[in-house]
Amino acid sequence: MCLGVPGLIISWIDRDPTFGKAEVEFDGIRRVCHMACVPEAVEGDYVVVHAGIAISRVDAREAQKLIAELKQLGLSDELSEKTDSFPPRSKGDLS
Amino acid sequence: MKYVDEFRDPTTARQLVAEIRSTATQRWVLMEVCGGQTHGLLRHGIESELRDTVELIHGPGCPVCVTPIAAIDFAQELAMRDNVVVASFGDMLRVPGSRNSLLNVRGAGGHLKIVYSPLDAVTLAQRHPDQQVVFFAVGFETTAPATALAVLQAERLNLKNFSLLVSHVRVQPAMEGLMDSPDNRVQAFLAAGHVCTITGIASYDAFVRRYKVPVVVTGFEPIDLLEGILECIRQLETGRKEVSNRYARSVSRAGNLSAQDLVTQVYEVDDRPWRGFGTIPCGGYSLRSEYRQFDAEKRFGHVSLYSQLPILGVEVCRAADVLAGRLRPTACPEFGTGCTPESPLGAPMVSSEGACAAYYQYDSAGRPPDLSQSKSDKSISVSPNSSSDVSTVATGVSKK
Repeated sequence: MCLGVPGLIISWIDRDPTFGKAEVEFDGIRRVCHMACVPEAVEGDYVVVHAGIAISRVDAREAQKLIAELKQLGLSDELSEKTDSFPPRSKGDLS
Repeated sequence: MKYVDEFRDPTTARQLVAEIRSTATQRWVLMEVCGGQTHGLLRHGIESELRDTVELIHGPGCPVCVTPIAAIDFAQELAMRDNVVVASFGDMLRVPGSRNSLLNVRGAGGHLKIVYSPLDAVTLAQRHPDQQVVFFAVGFETTAPATALAVLQAERLNLKNFSLLVSHVRVQPAMEGLMDSPDNRVQAFLAAGHVCTITGIASYDAFVRRYKVPVVVTGFEPIDLLEGILECIRQLETGRKEVSNRYARSVSRAGNLSAQDLVTQVYEVDDRPWRGFGTIPCGGYSLRSEYRQFDAEKRFGHVSLYSQLPILGVEVCRAADVLAGRLRPTACPEFGTGCTPESPLGAPMVSSEGACAAYYQYDSAGRPPDLSQSKSDKSISVSPNSSSDVSTVATGVSKK
């Protein structure tokens, strides 16, 4: 139930501070999400969406920092942004 | 998918496993708090791969599992009333109440609508002014902002036919209860990443000082989980007890202030009954008095959810022991025989975050052989004898 899926903000639809909405894309599927909790997010950002509302803006710098830490430890020489070994979740996971 | 694929790299997973093994000098006992983490650990074969190195016991973080039977029964009763529609997350459908599940009630003519978001239930109420729409608001801190937003939306739209059956719970009081228990064995926690996304991590400082256990916030992908386990082991091996945020791409120290504001505006912290745990002080949320008009219990004149209804057919479920980490799901005598996802005796076997469901679905060693052919998901490739085969680690990602 605490599942959160990262999605890309395609465009804001409504900038209302409480009831704002944006179109967000998840692995090719677009849906309208509520944005009250991430008013600072901009188009092109990734947000973690849970139960129809974005609960965080993904901090790209922190994501890169973790990957860099793993590399420093010699733990992720082959770490890449895309691997064939790990198929993305199916679209069913979005519900 | 960006921010998913990077954290599923099998080479990195194998290296992290090797690092965990070389760091641990003894078999430490870790609890992952969230059921989503439990499923990740089982789904990617991490639990079985590291079984000799760490004992992972599964925490209470399955909101469906801890929703009181009385609340489920009340939702069923409402669904059978004329002009009432109960809207719910799909997770609640097959959870047994004292006599039935919501699925049974729907089969008997009850009015039940599965929704993806609480906001969808508001839309439902807007479109059907002749129907009372009751949203079954279960979930942890992660979900409370969405239901709070639904209340505010209903208020703005002046909807008189929308209400919540609130059963929201808070994680940290349950963790405190586990640590205070005389039979506690937990030596470190993998804290729930999406709960902490909302709440932040500052409140864990006092927790760590009081209980002297490491608390490591993690995400849900295999690299996140392995990285969190490694950080726990490193702290334990060096005698450190700290709050460590290993899910910083989503979790900040202060948490999501906008989400906290939403929750604070609509809810107040309250004592809450947890199925299998009893009433936990400050263990959940109730609607503030300003929003009581959206309280389904008040609207429909229900007796308090604190009352205990007779439990039929559920008493054999040892959910309380499973949720407190005292009983491994596969050690339950009913696991896979008397209790299956198709015919569950308790919530942990049906919830997408339930520990029993995770073992049934992903742990081939714990699954009865005659049932293995009934799985719809055939893509899982975790070997039953994977403990010595690092190549299987985190390669059991299903396409489900």
